[in-house]
Amino acid sequence: MADGSGFSPAPAAAKDVLFGFTLAQLLAFGLMVAFVVISPFILYPVFLMNVLCFALFACAFNLLIGYLGLLSFGHAAFFGMGGYICGHLAKVLGLPPELAIIAGGLVAAALGAGMGWLAIRRTGIYFAMVTLALAQMVYFFCLQAPFTHGEDGIQSIPRGKLLGFFDLSNDFTLYWLVAGIFLAGFLMIHRIVHSPFGQVMKAIRENEPRAISLGYRADDYKLIAFILSAGLAGVAGATKSIVFGIATLNDVHWNMSGEVVLMTLLGGLGTVFGPVVGAAVIITMQNYLAEFGAWVTVMQGGIFVICVLAFRRGIIGEIANFLRVRL
Amino acid sequence: MVLGLVNGAFYALLSLGLAVIFGMLNVVNFSHGALFMMGAFVAWMLLNWLGIGYWWALLLSPLIVGTFGVLLERLMISRLYKLGHLYGMLLTFGLGLIIEGVFRNEFGSSGLPYSPPPEFRALTVDFGFMILPGYRAWVVLASLIVCLATWVVIEKTRLGSYLRAATERAELVQAFGINVPRMITLTYGGGVALAAFAGVLAAPIYSVNPNMGSNFIITVFAVVVIGGMGSILGSVVTGFALGMIEGFARVVYPEASATVVFVIMAVVLLTRPAGLFGRA
Repeated sequence: MADGSGFSPAPAAAKDVLFGFTLAQLLAFGLMVAFVVISPFILYPVFLMNVLCFALFACAFNLLIGYLGLLSFGHAAFFGMGGYICGHLAKVLGLPPELAIIAGGLVAAALGAGMGWLAIRRTGIYFAMVTLALAQMVYFFCLQAPFTHGEDGIQSIPRGKLLGFFDLSNDFTLYWLVAGIFLAGFLMIHRIVHSPFGQVMKAIRENEPRAISLGYRADDYKLIAFILSAGLAGVAGATKSIVFGIATLNDVHWNMSGEVVLMTLLGGLGTVFGPVVGAAVIITMQNYLAEFGAWVTVMQGGIFVICVLAFRRGIIGEIANFLRVRL
Repeated sequence: MVLGLVNGAFYALLSLGLAVIFGMLNVVNFSHGALFMMGAFVAWMLLNWLGIGYWWALLLSPLIVGTFGVLLERLMISRLYKLGHLYGMLLTFGLGLIIEGVFRNEFGSSGLPYSPPPEFRALTVDFGFMILPGYRAWVVLASLIVCLATWVVIEKTRLGSYLRAATERAELVQAFGINVPRMITLTYGGGVALAAFAGVLAAPIYSVNPNMGSNFIITVFAVVVIGGMGSILGSVVTGFALGMIEGFARVVYPEASATVVFVIMAVVLLTRPAGLFGRA
């Protein structure tokens, strides 16, 4: 895709210092970990867990748009489905939370395999429309399937005990689990992007025909990336359903797909830390502006418009550009 | 089946507007659903605030919303032509959110009634095995007429030939002294006006509410993927056909009526990825 190159900030020739991180990235990562560790002592842990779930969701989404140039407008399907599966297993079958979350991620990845198999046949705008339409189909499925309880959603999902030992009904204990899942997911995405597989992904983004002519099966790479992205989005959704004890239609609705696009765009498409910052900003905004009701939608639309017209690199992208580093 | 035909009429009008805009601007107008909803609301406002009836609204509402579209294109969308497709999509998505949010604040999420003009009550035909409400027949007829008119304008007139030429090679057409940017603006206004026209037609059938557009537009995107955006006539035919298939599914197996279009889309993607009428 020729226009995909617009998504990455100008690559600075920086040396990798540790595990594929450049020095600036390492500093930013340290800052992020410090924030994750310190913040629960200052801010409300449930709010922070919500931020972390969405941050992971946005990072998973960014794997496709940032490194493959594919804009999925259907990621809510994986996020919501992960939540439903996890909630159902934890509540009805009494599975421990760690297994329920893993199962949520696996089912979302399987769903991603199906959707991705269809969607990668097109690129660009058609890819976005196909994913949107397929996600809408998942939404209708969730509306009608008995185990999701339609409009009510799955309610009072038990938090359970991690590994049968740590009681997650304590917000703090649960917070460390969520933080662990988020950091593991974040590092996994970082690892994927900096692996040979990730390099091929970027090559496909920059010039697909050329990557194919070099002997890479672009479609296989796209499908695998799609499955990974869907699975991580499912883990994020599953974790969220454990945190809040509910899984509802909201999480599969196309609004949610739009929100994750917005978070990633605001933070910076194709940056490592952008989706995390974008998620934090959007969730904070929703949290503190909830009293304004539908105006939040208007503001989100406004942020979209401002980002696209004036601010295409996003928050982290602009900072990285200003400091001339890669973040 | 008749309901299906009516839905098909809306699919055809909306996907036609999308195809016209895409052909010229290379932008998928994600705010199309919001502008469709806006068309219905403008008709409602004209009636309840100014006492202007259905027939005038059918003319005025597309004009008003079309003008709004021209403003959007001039002020915002025109800044993005040099960038990739995706930014145009994100921008129009954001614009759609703003429009929907504003109407939801102003009018709430519940529907407002808009009764069909009384002329149609007498026109209801009873075939014995089914009753065809006059208004619905009119919707199908009006949609067909407008779709055909659009097709004639684009394929058979001088203006249409300029348009098609500009779609292929904009610089060359500009070199002949034709104001291409203005044509692009007017095309966007025209496509938006088609959406608003559909909105006015839809107002008496569905209650006028801020969510009416987004519910429709996702199905319309599937229709566009099935038909391919390459051809005007193709998008009209696909729109009507899918509406009828959906209506048929509603009778035979109601649970599937919401998803049948998406299933067809999946099948088309597997067999003809470029769409039925599309060029690869």
